[in-house]
Amino acid sequence: MFELALTFLMMQQAPAENTDWDEAFGVEEAVRDPQTGELPVDPYDVDNANAGAKPFSGSSIAADFGGKDGIRQIADRFVDLNISDPRVAAIFAGHDHVRLRRTLYEQFCYILNAGCEYTGRDMATAHQGLGTRKPDLNAIVENLQKAMREADVSFVAQNRFLAKLAPMYGDVVTR
Amino acid sequence: MKRVARVLAFAQTAYFVAVAQTATAQVDEAPSVLVESPPPADYNAKLLLTNGISTIGGASGGGISDWATIAGRQSDRGIGVQLHVSGAVLPDYLWQSHGIAVGIADRVELSYARQNFDTQDVGAALGIGQGYVLNQDVWGAKLRVAGDTVYGSPLLPQIAVGVQYKRSLDGGVAAAVGAAHDEGVDFVVSATKLFLARSILLDATARMTKANQNGLLGFGSVGNDDYSVQFEGALAYQFSRRFVMGAEYRSKPDNLGLGEDDWIDIFAAWGATDNITVTAAYADLGSIATFEGQRGVFAQAQLAF
Ligand code: HEM
Repeated sequence: MFELALTFLMMQQAPAENTDWDEAFGVEEAVRDPQTGELPVDPYDVDNANAGAKPFSGSSIAADFGGKDGIRQIADRFVDLNISDPRVAAIFAGHDHVRLRRTLYEQFCYILNAGCEYTGRDMATAHQGLGTRKPDLNAIVENLQKAMREADVSFVAQNRFLAKLAPMYGDVVTR
Repeated sequence: MKRVARVLAFAQTAYFVAVAQTATAQVDEAPSVLVESPPPADYNAKLLLTNGISTIGGASGGGISDWATIAGRQSDRGIGVQLHVSGAVLPDYLWQSHGIAVGIADRVELSYARQNFDTQDVGAALGIGQGYVLNQDVWGAKLRVAGDTVYGSPLLPQIAVGVQYKRSLDGGVAAAVGAAHDEGVDFVVSATKLFLARSILLDATARMTKANQNGLLGFGSVGNDDYSVQFEGALAYQFSRRFVMGAEYRSKPDNLGLGEDDWIDIFAAWGATDNITVTAAYADLGSIATFEGQRGVFAQAQLAF
């Protein structure tokens, strides 16, 4: 009997090439929104307070950053630098960079009082489980400084903005 | 045949499970392997200049004030090293010091410095010999107990406690000027914060000490062998990532009754490369061994990893 079973087993064909494993195992594939190109995230309450800092008052700091266009350029460059920086690239790998570009832009623009609403998640939720450490934060701060420098933001204005982000330390550094 | 079918079904399930497992294993493992891999060797984990510069006593700080900063450019998982050489030219003396500090996990700092103080003509005047050099060894240990210089609440500075064991190698001279000991221990508490919104760094430090002229003239005196609490502080403005200018103050006891003065300096520090910091200062050290008006130029080169 056993030999027979073995024989049958050895005669088994490899599963057909076109087997839909996701269906076979009930895996739901995340589908990018055809409009925004973003992957869905778990539901959360949209609130400007999620940005994690009180925005500046007045419009001078937004001007220092070149308004919405300047801020968009800085946020994009910041993401580019982070995802290609060997120090932190692994942490960003596999995350939705399309969404990250949008939410970071919104967050920067909101905090700099350049006329945006922040619709992303709060900092603790967004960074939960990423396993970031202080040197990772230092690395992305250097990248942000580089992005701001390239956009000719004065050092005084750079530091004023970083002062808004520095207190988020406990939420974005998780170990 | 029923049993065969059952065995086959079992085998097929096992096969599916195995395939599924390898599939998920690949998905799960790939990123974590990347995350665990060590960072590149040239990874300076601290932000530029946040390791401070080595003080004349070897601990990290300004030039004459100890700060709560931890030496070396490594962070919470690394061991950093900081080497320095300093010199000062004063009207009646020459100062030279060098040392090493090791920063462990941005938490503990161990330091050593050798101080050489050339008395030039004063040596002859005091009868200890023309160009007599006073030497001292300083060993330090510092522990960061709370906070962060850059991050977190602006109301919570980086706070560190430290001890420094100082040993004058010229006990004879120390005794001759009336010092009670040729060695002593300082206890130091520092609070340091970079106020990014204003690009200003502030440090406030309290030191319990018996040292006369930092220990070069021994510790305490026959008449007064008590500890006193002295204050050190620094105020610095960050012009760029690499350039800072500021002022420091350091109060000192006058155990020997020689009119020992507080110290003050203005300094400029430049992170010439990611690992080299060059500092120049103009210092007013007041009266040293009754020779007054000791104002001069101080320079330091530091290498940190
Ligand atoms: C104060 C510093 C930081 C700020 C202001 C910040 C801001 C943000 C924002 C706005 C988002 C998007 C939230 C959303 O999708 O709803 C985000 C996500 C993310 N951040 Fe940060 N971040 C900071 C620090 C860091 C650090 C140190 C790392 C790691 C090196 C990091 C890695 C990530 C990653 C991988 C995501 C995507 C998470 C996901 O897709 O679920 N962030 N961050």
